[in-house]
Amino acid sequence: MQSIQLLGKNTLALISGLGRAVLLLSSALLHRPNVKKGFPLLLTQLHSVGVKSLVIILVSGTFIGMVLALQGYTILVGYGAEASLGPMVALSLLRELGPVVAGLLFAGRAGSALTAEIGLMKATEQLSSLEMMAVDPLRRIVAPRFWAGFISLPLLAAIFSTVGILGAHLVGVDWLGVDSGTFWSVMQGQVDFSKDVLNGIIKSVAFAFVVTWIAVYKGYDCEPTSEGISKATTATVVQSSLLVLGLDFILTALMFTR
Amino acid sequence: MASQIHSDTLVEINNLTFKRGERVIYDNISLSIPTGKVTAIMGPSGIGKTTLLRLIGGQIRPESGDILFAGKNIPKLSRRELYQTRERMSMLFQSGALFTDMSVYDNIAFPIREHSKLPEKLIEKIVLMKLEAVGLRGARDLQPSELSGGMARRVALARAIALDPELILYDEPFAGQDPISMGVIVRLIRSLSDSLGLTSVVVSHDVPEVMSIADYIYIVAEQKIIGQGTPQEIRADDSLLVKQFVQGQADGPVPFHFPAPNYQHELVKGSY
Repeated sequence: MQSIQLLGKNTLALISGLGRAVLLLSSALLHRPNVKKGFPLLLTQLHSVGVKSLVIILVSGTFIGMVLALQGYTILVGYGAEASLGPMVALSLLRELGPVVAGLLFAGRAGSALTAEIGLMKATEQLSSLEMMAVDPLRRIVAPRFWAGFISLPLLAAIFSTVGILGAHLVGVDWLGVDSGTFWSVMQGQVDFSKDVLNGIIKSVAFAFVVTWIAVYKGYDCEPTSEGISKATTATVVQSSLLVLGLDFILTALMFTR
Repeated sequence: MASQIHSDTLVEINNLTFKRGERVIYDNISLSIPTGKVTAIMGPSGIGKTTLLRLIGGQIRPESGDILFAGKNIPKLSRRELYQTRERMSMLFQSGALFTDMSVYDNIAFPIREHSKLPEKLIEKIVLMKLEAVGLRGARDLQPSELSGGMARRVALARAIALDPELILYDEPFAGQDPISMGVIVRLIRSLSDSLGLTSVVVSHDVPEVMSIADYIYIVAEQKIIGQGTPQEIRADDSLLVKQFVQGQADGPVPFHFPAPNYQHELVKGSY
């Protein structure tokens, strides 16, 4: 009996949370944009959400590409198929690792920061004081942060895949001795723009939407105490990571099965 | 109480009931805030004095009852109307609530930049005048993190009056202030009201400070208004509750002890 009660309680909490999240996003985004005021705010957020995530994306992208090349080469060379190293690395990165790993890193680096920042603004009454100054915090605080995340992550994922391929070139060609022409030309022949590149971009756009939405919602909805902010930050990272992985499976199933 | 309703009332609260979950915070209270005067709302902490300010500001909605600001019923306004109405009031938060990513100057310029199309040159003049009024013109380039608690609240006050509102809501303006900044704030609240005709609502439990500046005082406890009047009338009030609060007695109608089982019984028996 107790467990049924608990199930009902949790389900209700989940549904009302979803409702609040949808309301938050719709009232933050559905209005006539004020370009003159909004654009500088968006630029600031693009800097703190996007540009400041560049280092972790560049470093992880390079290393993942390098490891992929190293592992791939030792397996492929056994079949004499090291010429396929290029497409193997490129397809892994473009289809899966680029969007997914960039999404996970973004949730940890930028999502958590967004949640903590908005949560702390709530705890220090900055959001209330905006409201009392007749400035809507949803438009002033939430909207530019959401758009910044939504724009940044697809770009970061593309950068991730690019440096990953360059890292693979470094290991596969410069170190292990795969022929550079073969590496690039076989890759070019095997990678299809609409099937591989475009689907990867669609994935990263979906992840960007989910991760940033969760981050701003958790911050705005958090309990305004230190414990509440810490819970909200953790929830952002955990929930957006899980959703990225789950969503990736669904999208892959839709995109790549015949 | 028809005698209270003047034509020069800025805020009028009628039959307001507010609950938080199951707990009743306000049970059918009515009060009115006269234009151009300093009205204080006093009471023990934890009875929802700040809640009352948030109700007036429309940040939360009451269970039932009307909150009229200049004739507009705050809980019934649409979002757009509410934001328009809020441009005419402002609130000084207990924490100051300065924007931590902006300098003192930008904090005060913020509401002006948001709500007017004034050129930056003119905004600078307004900001400097507001800073001068709180005695912090020299602090214009500091960051909020570099301010002491008292200075932060004075900057917040300068920001609150930046757009010359009709109504200022002060949330515990004296709490946690040293005697000097307390004196500064007391003087500022009084002089804003006297010289600019601002209507002020001060929520506080600091009896001597409130007695010194308020024109009219409401004492709230146990979900009701238990006493009201000018400071002289409050001092002369002989209801036990009001006396206990004004004179600061530890025990009385508001008990010293939080409700608990019998003391001796619990000591002897123990919880373990």
